[in-house]
Amino acid sequence: MGKIVLEGVEKHFGNVKVISNVSLTVEDGAFVVFVGPSGCGKSTLLRLIAGLEDVTSGKIYIDGVNVVDLPPAKRGLSMVFQSYALYPHMSVRGNIGFGLKMAGMPKEEIRTRVDAAAATLNLTPYLERKPRMLSGGQRQRVAIGRAIVREPKGFLFDEPLSNLDAALRVNMRIEIARLQKSLATTAIYVTHDQVEAMTMADKIVVLNAGSVEQVGSPLELYERPDNLFVAGFIGSPKMNLITGATAEPYGAATIGIRPEHLAVAGDGDGWAGTISVAEHLGSDTFLYVEVPGVGLLTARTQGEVAFHAGERVMLHPDPARLHRFDKSGLAIRN
Amino acid sequence: MARAISPQKKWTFTILAWIVALIIFFPILWTFLTAFKTEGDAILFPPAFLPPHWTLENFFEVQTRSNYFKHFFNSVVISVGSTLIGLVIAVPAAWSMAFAPTKRTKDILMWMLSTKMMPAVGVLVPIFLIFKNLGLLDTLGGLTGILMLINLPIMVWMLYTYFREIPIDILEASRMDGAVLWKEIVYILLPMAIPGIASTLLLNVILAWNEAFWTLNLSAANAAPLTAFIASYSSPEGLFWAKLSAASTLAIAPILILGWFSQKQLVRGMTFGAVK
Amino acid sequence: MAATVNTRKLARTMLMPAVIILFIWMIVPLLLTIWYSFQNYNLINPVNAGFAGWSNYKYFLTDPAFFQAFANTLILTLSVLAITVIGGILLGLLLDQFIYGQGIVRILVISPFFIMPTVAALVWKNMLMNPNYGIFAWIATRLGFAPVAWLETFPLLSIILIVAWQWLPFATLILLTALQSLDEEQKEAAGMDGANFASLFVYITLPHLARAITVVILIETIFLLSVFAEILVTTSGGPGYASTNIAYLIYHQALLDYDVGGASAGGVVAVILANIVAIFLVRLVGKNLDA
Repeated sequence: MGKIVLEGVEKHFGNVKVISNVSLTVEDGAFVVFVGPSGCGKSTLLRLIAGLEDVTSGKIYIDGVNVVDLPPAKRGLSMVFQSYALYPHMSVRGNIGFGLKMAGMPKEEIRTRVDAAAATLNLTPYLERKPRMLSGGQRQRVAIGRAIVREPKGFLFDEPLSNLDAALRVNMRIEIARLQKSLATTAIYVTHDQVEAMTMADKIVVLNAGSVEQVGSPLELYERPDNLFVAGFIGSPKMNLITGATAEPYGAATIGIRPEHLAVAGDGDGWAGTISVAEHLGSDTFLYVEVPGVGLLTARTQGEVAFHAGERVMLHPDPARLHRFDKSGLAIRN
Repeated sequence: MARAISPQKKWTFTILAWIVALIIFFPILWTFLTAFKTEGDAILFPPAFLPPHWTLENFFEVQTRSNYFKHFFNSVVISVGSTLIGLVIAVPAAWSMAFAPTKRTKDILMWMLSTKMMPAVGVLVPIFLIFKNLGLLDTLGGLTGILMLINLPIMVWMLYTYFREIPIDILEASRMDGAVLWKEIVYILLPMAIPGIASTLLLNVILAWNEAFWTLNLSAANAAPLTAFIASYSSPEGLFWAKLSAASTLAIAPILILGWFSQKQLVRGMTFGAVK
Repeated sequence: MAATVNTRKLARTMLMPAVIILFIWMIVPLLLTIWYSFQNYNLINPVNAGFAGWSNYKYFLTDPAFFQAFANTLILTLSVLAITVIGGILLGLLLDQFIYGQGIVRILVISPFFIMPTVAALVWKNMLMNPNYGIFAWIATRLGFAPVAWLETFPLLSIILIVAWQWLPFATLILLTALQSLDEEQKEAAGMDGANFASLFVYITLPHLARAITVVILIETIFLLSVFAEILVTTSGGPGYASTNIAYLIYHQALLDYDVGGASAGGVVAVILANIVAIFLVRLVGKNLDA
């Protein structure tokens, strides 16, 4: 239980089309991430599934039932908000148990269930506290507790980690992913951060300007981007995109090569350029190389390498890892 | 924040502020003091600041002459009653405007406020005649209804401004949690808006307590609140200042005390929620 | 964020009671007033009844008292607005400073707001403005002037003073609240840029207060247009019509001259005038409140 299917979903605000013709299937138990730049409609799409907004047209099926006319409460989904949206006047126990209370569950059972959820999330010592007395990470866990305690058909996450600091974000990312696997409940997760998307998702949906650009596993998107947008959006540092005379010999309007697929050497063949900045991270070294006639390219080499700003280097793209795109930005596959 | 302020500057501003505050407060202070004077002492010239002979006589006389407690009771019923009934109607309306606004929300709000600009006197005659025909003249129910109506726009506006400070995410979270509308309002919205609601209640009780057009024109012996009670002391030229002061003190003291004790909420309320 | 159809439907239902009640409250008396305004209807002269045409309006609008009352209403409203806004800004600036006993000072300053208009008017009329025994008379004699019979000599000014006293606390409080929300750092930054007190006030403080001033004007206008009890209790609109505003003029006609038809015509005129002011105010406020 927990299969979510979208069929031709559209959403207009007045004359503005924020979601155009989205169709996709989220399998039961899958962890699906909607990713895209801000304003791409990913949050709106999530709110449409939640029932907090109406679709303009199209159908949304949850376990085979079209829910577009059902209010949020009747869809059997639970949601974690970006702001956590905890009830400030209730204790942690009250927050987690509110949904069960609304469902009319007996008090004793609510108590047992809330205790169990709190134990899973290490919240037991804080059960009687008010949200304002908790740290950001703890609030986040209360919001998650509120979502899991109802044993919903699916979880909806709306950029849940964006208010946390970097270190905590990595921890929570792992915690959420592990929790979802252990509960085996369908999850849809919205983020603008492609690293989150790549690390957590079974399946990524890349959205841009209200349309789906590509759907696939993280590796599929990384290895075979369908178009320039996905190529540029997935991967960090970004894929180098080169147009013009350099691309022509490859029979493409644009060629793309990821920084990690550019071999750097002091001499040999390839594109000659000057290092303008070298970032030494220890595990990796990022080189920003100015190549005349091509532009600024990023190269990534493993470990510590002895290249420094101002040096001349040769960049050699791995031909097997080269992406080609036609004039309209679509990938050329052979 | 730790700006260094010279002690000299502190004292200058303190003295200046106290002088201004005492000037503004003086008429009230003077009323209190005069209430404890004998009629003769009240019109001494030059005036005696403190009562030369303290007396409670005036208060007893006011109670005997015009039954203060009956009017006090009427004022309480009318002001509290109209505010509570108003709240029941205003909360849902303010919820709609704050959380499901449409293009017309602003217009509706402004229209509601503009009904308050309609001069009461312009419609006095028909209201008087309607009240007469319905037997509502000089009844507590009639006055409560009228005051509810005239304060309703202000209540809606104040609640609307307070509600708008509440993040809609939290209401949406309760919807996801399965709360139907009335539960969303009772369990989530109202508890979160308690300070704003308290301010709204206080301010409206005060406005209703002090309303002096409809209460004067639609009441007589039975339902007359304190505004009418005090107006009965406005008549002839006889200089009964001590009794007038005692009656005035009795009329304003309840609200002044309420106001002083709930200063924090009230100050918020007096800004009508429009300024943070 | 737009709400769902379900929510919007609910919202409309929830809004309806307030809208319907206020609509009835507005429209029924208004229609009746309009109807009476075209009738000959005098309570002490019931014989002469029936359709009156425009005569009530002609009578009301050509009455010299109308122009005086109209002018008085404007003078009263604008003067009180000016006094309370300027006084409120000054008082707000003062109370925004460090003061010993700030809490008590604030209580003293806001107290007049709690005083019922009838009490305020009676106290001012008798104990402050009385030419023989009042405090003002005493102050005048101490300073070597002859005492002034305030309500007879300056009736409108007297009423302006009383009403301004009642509304000054309100303006002060709103403006003070707004001042306190002014970012300290912004002031300091401006100070670093070499702004003196005057330019700080003109370029930083005043623009910050714009919204608060708008609110003061909106709320006060609503109440000031219909000042009534203060006039009834002090001057009864006189001497002559010197302190009669439109609200009092209509009251006078209806309840003292028993001329329901004429008073109703006056009521309709008052409603039209109030609407003109309302449209103007709503424009002003709508623009300023959006922020």
